[in-house]
Amino acid sequence: MANPLQQFEIKPIVPIQMGGLDASFTNSAFMMVATVAVVTLFLTLSMKGRALVPGRWQSMAELCYEFVAGMVRDNVGSAGRQFFPFIFTLFMFILFGNLLGLLPYSFTFTSHVAVTLGMALTVFIGVTLVGFIKHGAKFLTLFVPSGVPAVMLILLVPIEILSYLSRPVSLSIRLFANMTAGHTMMKVFAAFIVPLGFLGGWAPFAIDVALTGFEFIVAFLQAYVFAVLSCIYLNDSLHLH
Amino acid sequence: MSDDKSPNELDDFDARLRRAREGQSPTGPENGEFANTPTQGFGLAFRIGTELVAALAVGLLIGYWLDVWLETAPWMMVVFFFLGSAAGIMNVYRAAQGIGLGVGIGPGGRVVSGDGDKTEATGKPDKKDMQGN
Repeated sequence: MANPLQQFEIKPIVPIQMGGLDASFTNSAFMMVATVAVVTLFLTLSMKGRALVPGRWQSMAELCYEFVAGMVRDNVGSAGRQFFPFIFTLFMFILFGNLLGLLPYSFTFTSHVAVTLGMALTVFIGVTLVGFIKHGAKFLTLFVPSGVPAVMLILLVPIEILSYLSRPVSLSIRLFANMTAGHTMMKVFAAFIVPLGFLGGWAPFAIDVALTGFEFIVAFLQAYVFAVLSCIYLNDSLHLH
Repeated sequence: MSDDKSPNELDDFDARLRRAREGQSPTGPENGEFANTPTQGFGLAFRIGTELVAALAVGLLIGYWLDVWLETAPWMMVVFFFLGSAAGIMNVYRAAQGIGLGVGIGPGGRVVSGDGDKTEATGKPDKKDMQGN
């Protein structure tokens, strides 16, 4: 039986050694470049017509734009407008990475914690910097809950700081775990189809069909959750209580 | 926008579009199609499990690291295990209540209203949908 984790293997395409470090151009890097290319092509080509009454492709591009714009507006407010390009890029990158990873023989780069943690840390550090730039040292009052007796603060402030530090971890683990689990499950069930023969093979096949649909939901949902949480974190930094 | 369309034509189009939209969804807001999908509940369900574990993992990691550094094993890890658990449960509570995952949100949780104005939510955070679960 094929190893269900084989699909997550990183294979170098163009081996590059840089000062003892392995900086090869891998299949993961290739998929990231492909994702950026596909997103860019999708948005530029579909908006080429700039029709007043949008066609199908333009509708899809506008839907993406309006969806993220609404998300930023609802969660951050008007102050978040300048961060819209970042959130939109993040959302499209994760969404298309997840969706392209569903194609047969492709590779899902969001199933690697190195990638998701990199994105989560970018959001985390960026949001913390935004808070400090906007509020200065007053940003630290974020960790002091309002309306709490001073004695309780000894206990509550460390908890709040831990809660804050857990953000990049939960953000990255969620995306990585969901993608890895879904793809592994599909592969495990797929490996049962042929060995169970013509009669028994239909059951795992049916499950795999259902899982494929489910994976599409997860692909969209995880991109959405990642972007929405980035918005919520951004809102915390911009609007102190 | 093309130039050959006169303002009148555009106004007319606007009116027709508005009529068509009203006919389709009498109550729906601008992006109501997303509000009605089960995405909201799904998103929350996916979030909550990891929130609990992540804070605990961070707490344990910090505790272990402090133990190695200060040579106080296992006390820091024990202390941070409990702090991490508390932080995890607090994260879940906040996510489930729709207060968002913001740290330091007191009783009067703050929500941002649709048109971008900062408003104080009085009492319980009932604007669950605003936090985009």
